[in-house]
Amino acid sequence: MNLLRNALLASVAFAATAGTTTAIAAEKLVVVTSFPKTLTTPFEQKFEEMYPDIDVEIVNKSTSSSVKYIQETASSNTSDIFWASAPDAFEVLKSDGLLMKSGVTNDNIPPDVAGYPMNDPEGFYNGFAAAGYGIMYNERYLNAKGLEPAQQWIELAEPEYFGHVGMSAPSRSGTTHLTVEAVLQGEGWEEGWAQWKFIAGNFATVTERSFGVPDGVNSGQFGLGIVIDFFGLASKASGFPVDFVYPKTTAIVPANVGIINNAPNEQAAKDFIEFLLSVPGQELLYHPEIRRLPVNIEAYANAPENFPNPFNGTIEASVNFDVEKSGNRYNVVNSLFDVMITYRLDDLREAVRAVQMAEEKLGDADNAQAKALIDEARALIAEVPIDEATAQDPDFAAIFKTKRKKAEDVVEGRQAEVEQEWDAQVVANYAKAKELADQAASML
Amino acid sequence: MTHQTAGAAPARRRLTDVLFPKFSGTVLAAIFIATLLFGFLILPVAKVIYVAFLDPQTGGLTLQNFGDFFSSSLFRESFYNSFYVSAMSVVVASVFALPLAYITSRFEFSGSMLIQSLGFIPLIMPPFVGAIAMQLLFGRNGTFNLLLANWGINIPFMEGLNGVILVQSVHYFPFILINLSASLRNIDRSMEESAQNLGAHGLRLFRRVVFPLAAPGYLAGASLVFIKVFDDLGTPLLLNVNNMLAPQAYLRISSIGISDPMGYVISFILVAFSVFSLWASFLLMRGKDYATTQKGGGGLSRRKLSTRENIFAYAIVILILLMVLSPHIALALLAFGTIWSYSPLPDGYTLDNFQTMFAQSGVYIKNTLVYAGLAAFIDVVLATAIAYIVLRTKIIGRQWLDYMATAALAVPGVVLGIGYLRTFNDFEVPLVGKPLASWWVIILVALTIRRLPYALRACTAALQQVSISLEEAAESLGADRSSTIRRIVVPLMSGGILAGFVTSFATAAVELSATIMLVSTDQDAPLAYGIYLFMQSPSGRGAGAALGIFAVIIVAAGTLLAQYIIDRDRKHRTGER
Repeated sequence: MNLLRNALLASVAFAATAGTTTAIAAEKLVVVTSFPKTLTTPFEQKFEEMYPDIDVEIVNKSTSSSVKYIQETASSNTSDIFWASAPDAFEVLKSDGLLMKSGVTNDNIPPDVAGYPMNDPEGFYNGFAAAGYGIMYNERYLNAKGLEPAQQWIELAEPEYFGHVGMSAPSRSGTTHLTVEAVLQGEGWEEGWAQWKFIAGNFATVTERSFGVPDGVNSGQFGLGIVIDFFGLASKASGFPVDFVYPKTTAIVPANVGIINNAPNEQAAKDFIEFLLSVPGQELLYHPEIRRLPVNIEAYANAPENFPNPFNGTIEASVNFDVEKSGNRYNVVNSLFDVMITYRLDDLREAVRAVQMAEEKLGDADNAQAKALIDEARALIAEVPIDEATAQDPDFAAIFKTKRKKAEDVVEGRQAEVEQEWDAQVVANYAKAKELADQAASML
Repeated sequence: MTHQTAGAAPARRRLTDVLFPKFSGTVLAAIFIATLLFGFLILPVAKVIYVAFLDPQTGGLTLQNFGDFFSSSLFRESFYNSFYVSAMSVVVASVFALPLAYITSRFEFSGSMLIQSLGFIPLIMPPFVGAIAMQLLFGRNGTFNLLLANWGINIPFMEGLNGVILVQSVHYFPFILINLSASLRNIDRSMEESAQNLGAHGLRLFRRVVFPLAAPGYLAGASLVFIKVFDDLGTPLLLNVNNMLAPQAYLRISSIGISDPMGYVISFILVAFSVFSLWASFLLMRGKDYATTQKGGGGLSRRKLSTRENIFAYAIVILILLMVLSPHIALALLAFGTIWSYSPLPDGYTLDNFQTMFAQSGVYIKNTLVYAGLAAFIDVVLATAIAYIVLRTKIIGRQWLDYMATAALAVPGVVLGIGYLRTFNDFEVPLVGKPLASWWVIILVALTIRRLPYALRACTAALQQVSISLEEAAESLGADRSSTIRRIVVPLMSGGILAGFVTSFATAAVELSATIMLVSTDQDAPLAYGIYLFMQSPSGRGAGAALGIFAVIIVAAGTLLAQYIIDRDRKHRTGER
């Protein structure tokens, strides 16, 4: 064991030096972010070039880990800035009183992008780059299967795409949530959910991480993915045989930055946000591996050719996004999606496939009885356990938010109880729908 | 080692006797370990998990949440799926491990060294890349299915639960191989010879003599695989399988803005079920004395193989090794490949990914070596002590040390991470001027606690095979307890200690779920975190895979070195094998 003991001594000495290497030469600016290195590094370098006294330290975590980290370390906070996409993560921190108003503004930034407000109305966080959702597809895959790329969301529900589509769950990714919500608002509650379920019937998988979707399309595990634009375009820029389109009903949303309450280096944090919003900062977004849309109109003067611009109509976004509506039912929509789609994907796929097969068999034939059965099956699949009014009812939404504001707040019903009710209904509906569709098919 | 305090000078011992009249060295060690486990495992986890017992409406204490768990069909289904996947993984992992262990210990097989060296590599599978790599080979449009598509065949290796079972059994089968090989090597040849003299041959010899003697090692490995698979969330999540317990817990704990108590209820059930499985495996082993007095018999006698048998053995071994190393093969292709998209192999090959990786990853590599090395060392020290206390002393409640340490297996990394932030954020470390929760040492502690069960299973199995009469002999010859431990017990356990070190080190080097919560500056981050960063962007996939390959190589090299050192040590001690 002697050698082992020596090895230990050596590694202890090694570890001791490892712990003391960071010398304190410059002011430190600690940035907690969910962005990949390819995005953070150019900004870090440019900012340090402009402010040589400030040493930017990037702490990279997934969005949900970042939120938990900032919440748990609030009592002796060491982080200055939170920098991430999902507005909902900022909303959570804001409601916990963990953000401070930066006071930074820039006159060349419009107050909203395609109907979505650019900054927090109360000034706790700023939008610094925009992004829109769309359809990413693998050209090799589609060629091999003889498919054309879908251009609109609803086309993804067509039977030829069965098993070829991927998406991440809205409860896992704030931006996916906005896509779900954009369709619900654009098409209405009932019709919107029906569309989602028939699209989901074609899913190969619901990924846990939002990056799982571009990854699946890049490697060819599935052919089409519902992704945010920069994932699609950055993949293309890295050489993958993929492309990306914006459908009509898309939501364009800002990615955000905010200062954490009690930031150790408040001034440097403000400088950093000012830099992000300025033209030199915004132009870094054109970098092919970043590829996000600047929010500062002036920055578009030097845009690369054919770069989409949400402020001059190059990207149409036909939904007028109602932020308050979305916020009120945020957790309810996520939970409904998980119960009806994510956790019951197999049942949903079987039911949708049965309907697709029956419809194909039916073709143009005139068989009223079979058609009635198919319609009934479709209605069963589309059925949503609660109506829009219930989803927006603040008392009902409170079930999904266990963080009570005051100790005396009392909420009726429990999330697990409600979800179990929904689950039972959904599973029964899908099974019944499959039965009806099979029955219709057997008549033809 | 803690026991050595007991061997201090008589004067000091008298003083200790006055201060702590009945506390021997082993009792002090037990108290120390118990405090450690309580402070760094039970307390932080309890701080998180107590939410399971809170009424979400009123904040009062309740058991209602557990009622909700059992009345939810989704959760019952998840429980069943988790159980099914774990049991099947044990079966499939045994199918991989048994032939390898049998061939190396039963025959004079020239490939034995190959198996011993490569057999543990599947454990070193960095998160995020294992499942991605397996998808590229075996997925619905992976290499095999694309090639088979010419004949219109598609084998669903990776669909749903199948994928989880395949990835898990490939990943964890070394637990069975390492533990089983260690106990087969420790079987005394004279046992086999006596059995043969008494007329036992072939299958009967195996069933009545070899198998019972090797059973502790096999069960140690199998129970590890079972519990680990039951509690693992990384693999099902990466394969997008949600209907299992651990992913359900994770999804509910980590959703932004929602804190559904069910996530914590499931965590509690995971911990409880794991402790229960462990207790069941103890019951199976109880009352069976497998220790053998003589050592140095060098395992079972080895038969020479005829040329044809040799070829056959090689074919089996190579087939199994190809299967269990397939994630690494895919990872290497990814690391050296350019674009790999919907094709059986990458479009071209390049070294660019390694260049990108080396330019950015120096600090991660250094940190990983420090963290994993220290954590594994502390783990084997603690594990040896716990195994000794549990098996050789009569301290009241000693079993609980084992249960507590093993419960760490069942604690999801996220829960431990959040628990540490919650417990230690307000605890300022003297002289460092930072909260303990954001000091690099906390990452080391998390790794030590999370990997302790691996070392513990290996050390316990090793000590079970050491006959107590050897220690009694040493003591009757005048050796005190501490020198008995130092000179007799630990050397006889060295194979098991090595197995424990290897598994702890290799798996700590690629841990991510707790560390990602605890990393507070880039400077302190380990390698798995670096891979995570790379894998977040489309252009980083190759570089992430390159870092993964590099991790496998350095961990493998470190392990081989440790193996070499201890082997030499043992040969030196026993004169000859």
